[in-house]
Amino acid sequence: MSAAPTPPSEEELPTPAVRSRTWIPRLVWVVPIAAAVIGISLLIKNWENEGPRITISFLTGEGVQVGKTLVKYRDVTVGHVSAVGLSADHQTVLVSADLSKDAASLLKADTQFWIVRPRIGVGSVSGLDTLLSGVYIGMKTGAATLHERQFVGLENPPALSHGPRGRELQLHAARAGSLAIGAPVYFRQFQVGRVIDENLLSDGSTRVTVFVEAPYDGFVKPVTRFWNASGINVKLGADGLNVQTESLAAVLAGGVAFDDGPTDAVSAADDIQGDFTLYKNETDAMAPPDGEPHYVRMHFAQALRGLDVGAPVEFVGVNIGSVVAVDLGYERQDKSFPVIVTAKVYPRRMGQAYAVLAAQGKTESEETLAAFVGTLVKRGLRALPRSGSLLTGKLYIALDFLPASPRADFDASIRPLELPTVNGTFQELEANIGRLVKKVNDLPLEQIVADLHTDLKDLHETLSELHVRTLPNAEDTLSALHRTLDSADRTLDVESPLQRGLAETLLESRGTLQAVRELADYLDRHPDALLRGRRPQKMPGQPAAASSEANP
Amino acid sequence: MTPLRQSHELGLVLCRTCGLAVSRAALKADLRCPRCKSRIEHRTPFSTEMTLAFLIAGITLYIPANLLPVMHTSGLPGDADSTILGGIFEFWQSGDWDIALLIFIASVAVPFTKFIAIGLLLFTVRKNSRWQQHQRTVLYRIVEFIGYWSMLDVIVVALTSALLQFQLLGTAEPRAGIAFFCAVVVVTMLSALSFDPRLIWDRRT
Repeated sequence: MSAAPTPPSEEELPTPAVRSRTWIPRLVWVVPIAAAVIGISLLIKNWENEGPRITISFLTGEGVQVGKTLVKYRDVTVGHVSAVGLSADHQTVLVSADLSKDAASLLKADTQFWIVRPRIGVGSVSGLDTLLSGVYIGMKTGAATLHERQFVGLENPPALSHGPRGRELQLHAARAGSLAIGAPVYFRQFQVGRVIDENLLSDGSTRVTVFVEAPYDGFVKPVTRFWNASGINVKLGADGLNVQTESLAAVLAGGVAFDDGPTDAVSAADDIQGDFTLYKNETDAMAPPDGEPHYVRMHFAQALRGLDVGAPVEFVGVNIGSVVAVDLGYERQDKSFPVIVTAKVYPRRMGQAYAVLAAQGKTESEETLAAFVGTLVKRGLRALPRSGSLLTGKLYIALDFLPASPRADFDASIRPLELPTVNGTFQELEANIGRLVKKVNDLPLEQIVADLHTDLKDLHETLSELHVRTLPNAEDTLSALHRTLDSADRTLDVESPLQRGLAETLLESRGTLQAVRELADYLDRHPDALLRGRRPQKMPGQPAAASSEANP
Repeated sequence: MTPLRQSHELGLVLCRTCGLAVSRAALKADLRCPRCKSRIEHRTPFSTEMTLAFLIAGITLYIPANLLPVMHTSGLPGDADSTILGGIFEFWQSGDWDIALLIFIASVAVPFTKFIAIGLLLFTVRKNSRWQQHQRTVLYRIVEFIGYWSMLDVIVVALTSALLQFQLLGTAEPRAGIAFFCAVVVVTMLSALSFDPRLIWDRRT
């Protein structure tokens, strides 16, 4: 296009060109729109992610870094620390954390927070990742309905941070032993849970909280018995050495084991609600319930070295209690020092005998027990110290029936019950041995030895004389005897003339005897022959005899 | 005093790039400056519209720029996300009032001045105001000039991030806020550039 020859009016020239590009400059509105969109989206995102800000107080803020330290729930990041400061009284560290919005529902009044640091225990190693990544704040939600924004952090992580399904149980014991939090809980040597808490109650006993994971919590029944499985149980029994332990970890960190107790003995105190007694060991746990202990007192008129507190009290060989005190008494009458032994006995341990007792008295009151013991004493029940082991010299108290013992008085009204005593067999044995030794000492040993020596000398002389004189004569006699026997032997030989002659003689004498018998027979039949002489004989034997007999 | 004569009355068009006053008659149909060959127009088309658009964009971006942290420092004293205003506050409290003032001027005062100045210019141009035409031109020059210096805080963050990298002892990292700050500066500069100062002198009757 060529320029107009005349000056054009100002609108004339650019109009067509401008109109064609009208929309391009309008594209510039994309910029503020984009800016607005970005800004609004950021705001929305921010608003959406804007979770609650919580404040947790800790004793120390070791390793907690603003912006870097994360808050994790089940190992998933749900927030981060936004500020760390001190409380107004400078006693605690206040850690503020911004949580994501979806974590807000986890913030219950009893939600727990703790700082996760590397921990190396006997049972487990945890938090090793924090060595490199720095600490983080662990979180465990609670069950409360109230929501909270201010929390007090735990100094130690809870044993159960992830709330697995299962059952919490409270175990009561006089002392917790070597149990540590996190110690394993075993059911038939299979780990099914952990110790999650230990408390010292106001009455001085301990309460151990254990957690048994599902589905093993079904093994916990009202009859279940819990016992401390710490350490190694070494038992030397009739069947040899028996070493028992739950696991190596239990040896080091302690542990709790449980199993079904005797099914017929359901104690009212142990119920499925979660309160159980923690027994000292498996034997105690599996023993039938002892019931209430009863105290008995015994006066021994002898030294009881080796009788310790805790020594067993055995009734006919069955352990029914233990010694609780050994004291020295003083008798004014005879100015002696009897040993007073106090023991607690559990009548329930007497089994059938207790059943009889219970049937008699219905209740296990002191009176019925006293009456029961009275009858036993009448039948010869006596307390006596016995040696449990010759090696250690430890004594125990045996309650045995000794009908031969002297009659003892039993006062059923004295509390605690006074049991009649006799001196221990071991002591009697000791006395007997002493007397024996004394007798041996009294023997005139030297005299005996001297006499014996003289006697032996005489014997020696006699023997030597025998050797020199008597033996040669005996030899001659023996040879003579030998000759005599030799000739006798020859005489008695079958081929000897004597023997042959004897045989002939015997043969002849037989013929003679036969003739004599014939004669005797003939004479018997014909006694007249003696007078008339022998008649001629037609027929020998019976027919002749028969005819002759028929004739007369 | 006789009123100043307008360029269109003289039949002249100014090239905004090289400052050559071209006779309208001499202009070719492609509207190129005969000297520098850049586009030449009597008045930059859609100037006020573009200026307004960029201004609105700048103000919009200025909000997240101040709300979001611009820098993250970590080190022995602790970790911190700092926003511009928070940083100024901290510097002021710790006694470094001079640094606080510097950052305040570079990051808050200057952008605000620019928003107000450009807004004022736009408003008066729309109104065809003949008020303080000369001063408004000077104001425009100033806005155009300080545009370059509003990048100060962006440079501070860039330098700190580059220099403060001692791992354990301390590190600094830029955060999203500084990108918005950068965008604010760029958009306001574009806004200032889009504005045609010749409009200040126009008066349509």
